[in-house]
Amino acid sequence: MSDGPAAQSPWQTVTITRIEKRTPRVTSFFLRPSRPFAYRAGQHVDVRLTAPDGYQARRSYSIASAPESGETIELAIERLDDGEVSPFFHEVAAVGDEVELRGPLGGHFVWSDSDGGPLLLVGGGSGVVPLMAMIRHRAALKSAVPMALVFSARVWNEVIFRDELIDFHDRRDGFDLVLTLTREPARRPADHSRRVDAAMMAQSIVRLPAPLRFAFVCGSNAFVSAAAEALINAGVPAGLIRTERYGV
Amino acid sequence: MVTRGFSGRKPPTDTDARIPPGQYLEQGFPVLSAGPTPRVRTEEWSFTLKHGPRPVKTWNWKEFNALPLTKMTRDIHCVTAWTKFDTAWQGVLVDDILADAGIEPLSPFTLALSFDGYTTNVPTKDLTTGKAMVALLYEGKPITPDHGGPARLLVPHLYFWKSAKWLNGLQFTERDEPGFWELRGYHIYGDPWREQRYTGDP
Ligand SMILES: Cc1cc2nc3c(=O)[nH]c(=O)nc-3n(C[C@H](O)[C@H](O)[C@H](O)COP(=O)(O)OP(=O)(O)OC[C@H]3O[C@@H](n4cnc5c(N)ncnc54)[C@H](O)[C@@H]3O)c2cc1C
Repeated sequence: MSDGPAAQSPWQTVTITRIEKRTPRVTSFFLRPSRPFAYRAGQHVDVRLTAPDGYQARRSYSIASAPESGETIELAIERLDDGEVSPFFHEVAAVGDEVELRGPLGGHFVWSDSDGGPLLLVGGGSGVVPLMAMIRHRAALKSAVPMALVFSARVWNEVIFRDELIDFHDRRDGFDLVLTLTREPARRPADHSRRVDAAMMAQSIVRLPAPLRFAFVCGSNAFVSAAAEALINAGVPAGLIRTERYGV
Repeated sequence: MVTRGFSGRKPPTDTDARIPPGQYLEQGFPVLSAGPTPRVRTEEWSFTLKHGPRPVKTWNWKEFNALPLTKMTRDIHCVTAWTKFDTAWQGVLVDDILADAGIEPLSPFTLALSFDGYTTNVPTKDLTTGKAMVALLYEGKPITPDHGGPARLLVPHLYFWKSAKWLNGLQFTERDEPGFWELRGYHIYGDPWREQRYTGDP
């Protein structure tokens, strides 16, 4: 199998340098590209695996790290039990292994500090990943752009990046975290225990100091449909809403 | 490059020839879109054929549904790597739309226009001679909003982002003007068999 000339084939080999379990079902993989890799918060990469007989599988994964984070990029991959690629990462992949990667990809679901705000981020499950890149980008630049994240998870222990998000929130520098747990009671005072709805969106929006500039919604199909609907019912103009659907 | 420890879940070999490179077979019907699902009511639906900014002809829902209906069962290929076999659609061939407007193709390129502002470019010859339709039914039923209902473009031989959802018009353009995804790093043409996913792919 040859990839052909580099100019025509943006696939590159990346090395897994670190593996970190985030929640019972989500593990982060830190990858070191062999070629320089500049990206924007919210972009994704395609990962390609090749079997000995040449069979290939490719899937998209959002970048969780901030563009400022240095030479490795972080992917946070949720294990789907009957999936093809995510169980490979969870069960087989080890530090030192190489996989093929293409990217960065996607130019719509992206945010840079210079794009301004305020921003409302709405994530369901692993849909928080590209939003995390935006939140970390904001923190890395010590940006003053107001940002609120409404993050829906089933239970407290499945809140990906939980400690880091709470830490950002506790800085009180314009980042507001609201967790909503769908299968457990809320644990923090402003948190919720239900699926996202228009009232929850409206509540987060009024806490922002200025009118919303963009809303970014990411997660499964069903989550994105419901959350986008909730935003519209909360009065957010459709033109401000950007979505990324992970399928399934 | 062989990936250590990866064997993969191969599709049955009798279907191999129908799956373009880099694609996998999907049984469901995933939904992908750049924004929220627009709510388009058939009472307010209209479809306009344009030459540049100039409208050539507009149909309302009733008028459009009175045009000849054609069935098309095709494999579809999404750039996010799924392929779905034998999707069954019914709608109005682009040829029949042009015939009803009494025109031949007015320029070599066409931009598909959607209610939500989405656009995608397709060479006009990829839309005519029975290759593409404005679909109104999927599996015999009205297309659900998530899948682009009431009406979507169907250009099954190109990656599925070309099959614009919530279609409200086709615009003849003189140049090949990149649409929404084409401006955001996706290939200007999008042939799944040549794996034309992103800008710069051969
Ligand atoms: C832009 C983008 C960014 C993404 N970012 C992330 C991310 O940051 N983190 C993340 O975890 N995921 C992300 N995803 C999702 C990711 O690309 C994969 O879809 C996910 O990891 C599942 O892949 P898989 O190979 O494990 O499962 P697949 O093999 O693709 O299976 C997916 C599901 O479909 C079902 N299925 C598949 N084949 C069959 C079959 N033949 N019969 C019945 N059921 C079947 C399985 O039940 C499984 O649950 C992203 C997707 C997109 C499009």
